[in-house]
Amino acid sequence: MAHRVVIVGGGAAGMQTALELKSRGIEPVIVERNIELGGKAKGWHKLFPSFVSAADVMQPLALKVKSERIRCFYGQEVSEIAPDGVMLRSKERIPADAVVVATGFTLFDAHRKQEYGYGLYDNVITSVDLERMMNSGCVSLADGTEPKRIAILHCVGSRDEKVGQKHCSKVCCITGVKQAIELKQLFPTADVFNFYMDMRMFGPGYEELYREAQERYNVHFVRGRISEAAETINKRIQIKAEDTLTGRPLRMTVDMLVLLVGMSANYENPALAATAGLDLAPNGYFKAVDTFLGAVRSQREGIFFAGAVTAPKSLADTLAEASLTASAVDDYLKRKFNLR
Amino acid sequence: MRNLNFGYGISRPRAVDLDTNDLRKGLDIIAEMPELQACIGCGSCTASCTAGNITDFNFRKLHTAVRRGEYKGVYEALGKCMLCGKCRLVCPRGINTRAVVMLIKRKLGDF
Repeated sequence: MAHRVVIVGGGAAGMQTALELKSRGIEPVIVERNIELGGKAKGWHKLFPSFVSAADVMQPLALKVKSERIRCFYGQEVSEIAPDGVMLRSKERIPADAVVVATGFTLFDAHRKQEYGYGLYDNVITSVDLERMMNSGCVSLADGTEPKRIAILHCVGSRDEKVGQKHCSKVCCITGVKQAIELKQLFPTADVFNFYMDMRMFGPGYEELYREAQERYNVHFVRGRISEAAETINKRIQIKAEDTLTGRPLRMTVDMLVLLVGMSANYENPALAATAGLDLAPNGYFKAVDTFLGAVRSQREGIFFAGAVTAPKSLADTLAEASLTASAVDDYLKRKFNLR
Repeated sequence: MRNLNFGYGISRPRAVDLDTNDLRKGLDIIAEMPELQACIGCGSCTASCTAGNITDFNFRKLHTAVRRGEYKGVYEALGKCMLCGKCRLVCPRGINTRAVVMLIKRKLGDF
């Protein structure tokens, strides 16, 4: 009989781990909180840096989970985790030989940065809203007209002590570059301004895309964090920043302000970690043994991690890590049941 | 002959010279408020600054200069700060910028 592994979370990390385990002859069971698989990447428009459609990556995963007949629990939340299984909030227990925590992250709630007026001003949106707009094929201002001047603000809910988010969310810089290019493709005559503190182009092709945004698309990059936004009488957004490279205060009025929201640790992490006796990192994410050979292992044998549950990660990083998780789980099961 | 003026002068180098600058005051200030070193130069303080919007007052530049051992004119320039504290509200690094202004003024007062 195949050994069973419960995977908490049916996003990219959970699905990829499940598929890899299945191919190793292990029985994966996915517990998903929502009524369908896909996680955060579902509904995303295009992926950096290659502009591949997110659906082209996510749909085959979900279809394969289905065709492989991997058992999934939908609309179920896990309240307790242990190396020998999980407890659902419905009090049903799923026994297992190992558990993989792939619960991902929570999007930073832009309402919390009140100075930017998200939820108050019609034309202040988040990067996620923009992605949904692009996916639906209709990007416009609240009154249905085209934006002529757009500002994109980096680091909203990242590197910000004021909202308890000290960490860098890693993927927003390149998302800002990607979205700036997409906006210029949609509205070639519009001016797009990216306000950044640092541009962290760490991945393959990222720096090249940044340069393409500057040279080919004429996106303007201003080094300075927007300190506040206010709505004008005609529903435009007036913003203030320092142009730190000239050392002078800068103000401008734009039609649309896009807030690049960061990745927060899940609110449930402390409670969930406590049930398994696991520690969290200072930023609230689950803490892996280390970031080298123990990146997918927890402090407890039999509990593993996959994806953005341990730190902000790109989709590519998450998928790569999920394969590693499956391999670590496989190793563990072989050791445990003396199959070597 | 010695007082002949040809209209030329010798320009002093503009470089921040960390070989010759006396960094002690800056280090002293950092020792009292280590959080100042967390500044990432985002400019939120200057963007929100009332004084900075009407004069050339720039808190980010001033405290950076102090940390590099460039003290000249800093005490006088900080006189433009009205201690309203808006910069403290917007600082993403949680630096008590208002206290930094007071600290630098105290340390450089006898300079």
